[in-house]
Amino acid sequence: MTTDPEEFEPDPLRHPVDEGGPKGVGGSDLRFSPWNLLLLVPLLMLITVWYNKDSPRLFGMPFFYWFQFVYVFVGVACVWIVYATTKHKGRPRADVNTDENGATR
Amino acid sequence: MSNINWTELIIFTVLFVGVAGMGFWAAKWRSGSTMDHLDEWGLGGRKFGGWITWFLVGGDLYTAYTFVAVPALVFGAGAMGFFALPYTVILYPIVFLPVLRLWSVSRVHGYVTPADFVRGRYANRTLALLIAITGIVATMPYIALQLVGLEAVLRTIGINGGGIAGHLPLFIAFLVLALYTFKSGLRAPALIAFVKDILIYIVIIVAVIYLPSKLGGWGHIFDTAQEKLTAPNPTTGKPGTGSILLNSNNQLQYATLALGSALALFLYPHSVTGVLASRGRNVLKKNMIALPAYSFLLGLLALLGYAALTAGVKPIINAATGKGDGNTIVPVLFHNEFSDWFAGVAFAAIGIGALVPAAIMSIAAANLWTRNIYKEYIRKDASPKSEAKQAKWASLVVKLGAVACILFIDPQFSIDLQLIGGVIILQTLPTVAIALYTRWLHSWALVAGWVVGMGWGLLLLYGIPNPASGKQHFGGSALTLDKLSIFGWHPWAGSTLQIYVGFVVLIANLLVAVIVTVILRATKTKDGADATAGSDYHADEGDAELKEIAPAH
Repeated sequence: MTTDPEEFEPDPLRHPVDEGGPKGVGGSDLRFSPWNLLLLVPLLMLITVWYNKDSPRLFGMPFFYWFQFVYVFVGVACVWIVYATTKHKGRPRADVNTDENGATR
Repeated sequence: MSNINWTELIIFTVLFVGVAGMGFWAAKWRSGSTMDHLDEWGLGGRKFGGWITWFLVGGDLYTAYTFVAVPALVFGAGAMGFFALPYTVILYPIVFLPVLRLWSVSRVHGYVTPADFVRGRYANRTLALLIAITGIVATMPYIALQLVGLEAVLRTIGINGGGIAGHLPLFIAFLVLALYTFKSGLRAPALIAFVKDILIYIVIIVAVIYLPSKLGGWGHIFDTAQEKLTAPNPTTGKPGTGSILLNSNNQLQYATLALGSALALFLYPHSVTGVLASRGRNVLKKNMIALPAYSFLLGLLALLGYAALTAGVKPIINAATGKGDGNTIVPVLFHNEFSDWFAGVAFAAIGIGALVPAAIMSIAAANLWTRNIYKEYIRKDASPKSEAKQAKWASLVVKLGAVACILFIDPQFSIDLQLIGGVIILQTLPTVAIALYTRWLHSWALVAGWVVGMGWGLLLLYGIPNPASGKQHFGGSALTLDKLSIFGWHPWAGSTLQIYVGFVVLIANLLVAVIVTVILRATKTKDGADATAGSDYHADEGDAELKEIAPAH
């Protein structure tokens, strides 16, 4: 790896170069809703020890399989709730810093 | 070729030709003012609504290869093959928010590829080039594998010749695909995806209702499958290693493979193409809710691997290599259990299912080549028109390359490459996905992390043998923790737990990126400037700052 500044060949029109740090136009404008945490719930599916067993069976299917099929609906429900609760915050264009919990970088 | 099933072949051919006609006609479908621009040819005019996006992205992510390979994996190994379900369930909650940010920033700045975004965010040409090359290299074998899916079907119908003549039908099918993609761009797979997915849904639903009733119910199917998976190997006498449940060693591999694959999927250029072609954030949000319907279908399809075990399906011997082709088990199951005409419909569904992702992948690879290599390094003054022309030809070259891979090299080579592809595309996560949230990581630190993740990943994959197939190298993606060595130090010596290689090297990649960033910031090393602004990540359809679609310059 090299940090030779000559490697850059920046295009000053498209990407104004800034010495010493990534300031530029910059920013990430993070926005956070507590409802977003629901998106973590489906990850519980990765804990295999909870469901890696044969019984109880459903329609002859071992628990391991039907439990994971049920989780398809858990995943859908979580994403749907986040969608529904954040739907109307779609365009806070002019008031970026007034109703947001997030901070720019 | 005397044992061709003519009913199956005729139905397959009729549907295939009908779809090809749609592909050529698609150029006129909802067309914009010009086809000579990547926004139009490569992204379908950036205006697809909810339904089109659902079929397009569904057809893009759930490929023909997935549909034959996942049941084949379950057929051979049991529960481990079922990782495809958790993989595609956790996928949407994970990508829900980042995908929206990627769409917005790309729409404001007119980005066509993930490497375009990296170029804008970091102003580091080397980093953008690395991302573009990684994307192309990871996509190429994926396209070749679609041919493997198509060939599995043709072989079951009875077209199973050796040499060039045996591959002729495959070659013709891909040539037709290449021509209509050349003409219609992304509109062709978008339109064809409707037919493909409706056929697939019908076939799978019929299969999972009809087959268990014929084979004695799911209970009997699972019990028989368990017996056969654990039965001793007739030649070696060793007990079978498969099971309908996970064992204590492969649970970590199951979870990390699902997580790693889910993190990787939307880093693939063809997934990004599907996302960027949509009209707005709301279309994407609704799709993240509706796409798991395909996951459910994939889970059902995986179970057909057990149905095939119970029905005593034998994989067809590949006349070209003389070995059994495991990917033929679902086609053979359909061939044995269904009437000829319905099997023909099922084969057409899989065959057309190969065309949709192959088209989108070749378009995505062509976009990367054009935007991030051709325009960046070869012809910096390329006009939008010459970009579109370059991309059309690139898509043709990419597809011919994929056919050549299958014709002249053992298909196993493509399968190995695709395994590697999943690991290497995951190494672009810090540069592409994390960059959507923070610009803190230094662009040269990301290059360092990429080099480490890539190098170590390839080294680890090279060292994994596969006792079942007798391969010494690239035998799989499951690393036994005992073998994990960090400069000679074995932190988990003696452990028999298995973990996904891609996941291990991603952690190393991230660690290196963070440490090098701290060093570079402390030494005030110059970093490129950021061309994006915070509000860009929230822009939506109808906003004033969106870039004009297909502008003349």
